[in-house]
Amino acid sequence: MKISCDEATKICDKNQYGEASLWDKVKINFHLLLCKKCGLYSKQNTILTKCYEIHKNASNIASHCLSKEDKKHLEKELKARI
Amino acid sequence: MSSTKKNTLNPNKWIELHADYLFNYTISRVNNYDLAKDIVQDTFFAGLKAKDNFQGKASERTWLISILKRKIIDHYRKINSIKGKAEVKMNFYSEGDREGEWIEERVPNSWNAEVEKNIENSELGEAIEKCIDDLPEKYAMVFKMKTIQQFETEEICKELDITSSNLWVIIHRARTQLRKCMEVSWFKN
Repeated sequence: MKISCDEATKICDKNQYGEASLWDKVKINFHLLLCKKCGLYSKQNTILTKCYEIHKNASNIASHCLSKEDKKHLEKELKARI
Repeated sequence: MSSTKKNTLNPNKWIELHADYLFNYTISRVNNYDLAKDIVQDTFFAGLKAKDNFQGKASERTWLISILKRKIIDHYRKINSIKGKAEVKMNFYSEGDREGEWIEERVPNSWNAEVEKNIENSELGEAIEKCIDDLPEKYAMVFKMKTIQQFETEEICKELDITSSNLWVIIHRARTQLRKCMEVSWFKN
């Protein structure tokens, strides 16, 4: 039942993706009762997850493409080897 | 008599038909334009070299993707094997009586409550990107695949040939270092 701060925060990170097991959650909740440092980590982790989510939504809009010049160059290189 | 048509390869059309697709596939995993470009180029060259092994069972694109996947694993192994520089900062004692406890200077500090409330800020993305860039490449790659591209755990493990416990250690170290970096650059009291 007793886990280290390293282990507790690892579970907390896993939980940000909804992938902590029930037993993981029991262990971390027990740890959080006693540990303020990890409590703060956990609270901030939720805020950071929101930040990453906002960032994800903003950055996925931009579509990535090879530039025309790079494509031309690649085409030339490839044809030279065919 | 089989009526299934055998697939064929036509390298003359590879750039036109597959370059964008392969590039998109790659950049969502390695997050770097030049690197993705090089990996795509390597994939086409390797495909050309191996074209006599193509049996026509899969489509041309599926076949190229299978080569590309191999190239991405190779890249991951390469960045994973770079010693020293490739490690994140320690956050917890790794041995002795205090093993697993927070190292004092890495203990979370409380954040500015106002900043916490205003995370819908256009400059936030820049701060996050900068902190991710400070991570060793391996950690940045896995963190982004999981958090920004939102790949399934199983898929990342399969693609990079790592175990799930391996993945969570990487995510944990990445997030702990990112927390510290965001604390200093963004949430400072």
